[in-house]
Amino acid sequence: MSTNIRKVSRFGSFHIAEARIRNMAKWSGIILFAAVVNPALYLVSIGIGVGSLVDANNGVNGVSYLTFLAPALLASAAIQGSSDEVIFPVMDGFKWNRTFFGMRSTPITARQISLGVFLAAMFRTVVSVVIYWIVLYFFGALESGTAWLAMPAALLAGAAMGAVMLALAAKIENENFFFTLVGRFVMIPMFLFSGTFYPLTQMPIFLQFFGWISPLWHATELGRYLTYDYPLSGLQLSIHICVLASMIVIGLFLSARIFHKRLEK
Amino acid sequence: MTEMLIQARGLTKTYGDFVAVDGIDFDVAKGESFGFLGPNGAGKSTTMRIIGATSVRTSGTLTILGKDPEVNGPQIRAHLGVVPQQDNLDNELTVSENIFIYGRYFGLSSSFINKKIPELLEFAQLEEKKDTKVEALSGGMKRRLTIARSLVSEPDILMLDEPTTGLDPQARHILWDRLFRLKEQGVTLLITTHYMDEAEQLCDRLIVMDRGKIMAEDSPAQLIKTYSTKEVLEVRFGSDRNQEMVEVLRPLADRIEVLPDRILLYATDGEQLLEQITAKGIHPNTSLVRRSSLEDVFLRLTGRSLVE
Repeated sequence: MSTNIRKVSRFGSFHIAEARIRNMAKWSGIILFAAVVNPALYLVSIGIGVGSLVDANNGVNGVSYLTFLAPALLASAAIQGSSDEVIFPVMDGFKWNRTFFGMRSTPITARQISLGVFLAAMFRTVVSVVIYWIVLYFFGALESGTAWLAMPAALLAGAAMGAVMLALAAKIENENFFFTLVGRFVMIPMFLFSGTFYPLTQMPIFLQFFGWISPLWHATELGRYLTYDYPLSGLQLSIHICVLASMIVIGLFLSARIFHKRLEK
Repeated sequence: MTEMLIQARGLTKTYGDFVAVDGIDFDVAKGESFGFLGPNGAGKSTTMRIIGATSVRTSGTLTILGKDPEVNGPQIRAHLGVVPQQDNLDNELTVSENIFIYGRYFGLSSSFINKKIPELLEFAQLEEKKDTKVEALSGGMKRRLTIARSLVSEPDILMLDEPTTGLDPQARHILWDRLFRLKEQGVTLLITTHYMDEAEQLCDRLIVMDRGKIMAEDSPAQLIKTYSTKEVLEVRFGSDRNQEMVEVLRPLADRIEVLPDRILLYATDGEQLLEQITAKGIHPNTSLVRRSSLEDVFLRLTGRSLVE
């Protein structure tokens, strides 16, 4: 018998990720096109358009508007990429094609399926972030020698949001409700209220709250700290990292439980 | 002594107040083709999911390949091939890719799977479709691919849940032929169906299930022998006259069943019974003599038809 149960128990989630990545490969054209065109559109319209106004007033935090904006755009792209890559596979896996039920009838466990979907989403996120970073580089948005550190900060945001979305998409079985909820009340407000386009402190305090619970804000703060002389205290730094890390841990933990429950029926 | 691959005792599954499987006992021997026959909602699929180690039983004992599915789920699933009621193939991937990724879930090496794929494609008569996306396949082809996929790990037990539901007659016959070949090769088959012809064709032994309980258990031929007569005479008098004819016909047959559109008269010799009836001056609108089937067994056991 050539089935290898020990190998599956160790690497099962990688086999799921492998299947997901093969699936993504069918969409690689669209994924890559979006990865290049999206940042280009943002950089031209906001970066250069709004940026020329801001820079005429001496920039933000003592740096050019593009430098200020770059970590936020990168983190937001990571969040978008990882969210897409968990939400659609989860809908497909549980409902549209029920592929998770096929996986579940093999030695693979529910936890491995949830982790595998997450890993594949992170693969896509890395690809998107690297491409985005290269586009930013060509737009001259990355001046400092530590500019590449915006990438790990963005990936952390992608992982945090991906893990939370994984649990949420698995939990909410009605996809229409889910898309309305997530699109209108999570993604767009998060993008607008996370200190993306201006420092969060410009907002009245009760609106700053949105930033505090947003992975985008935490990652953006980290990215700014890492890419230019943006001041953060040791405490602030550890809070940002802790919040993002807890979202990953809690998101993955809940996902595994929800997957198990839904696949057990 | 024959080796028992599956042993269930008092197997029960409840969902809240609803009892889906109600304390059933059965054994499945190695190389046997074992069926669960019953209408929709009889508890067949639930039983299959429990055996498939994806659903946890509420009570009772169950041993599959000597192991308890509650404790050794992945170890048991490593030896099962599962063909679910609803196909769950990856529509974006090609036929070959679907088999490939499925093999990976069993920890099989790429070289092993790649060697296995042509053989499985031939079995499923899908050689020409190997690079076609699953999306573009017909229902029958998808079913055959699902079966081929489930064989990639060379399972000890192949489980098929309603394998031909939703297929046209030609596609069903192709599928039966493929399953029959597996049976000849000595693969242990577990089949649920609500089609009596399917059960008769494929099963060495079966249990008749209704409302979570086992009504009878035997080979198809023996079940018919025990619970029905050799032949059945079906007569129709038109829906308004069927009822009044029942009392007239009752003394003539061994047993009588009244369906909404026709009356079934059970007898050893159907033709002879028809002659008796016509000799009495009774002339049904239509009449048909046929061999008893599992449908009649089910009717006798439950008072209801399989397909309602």
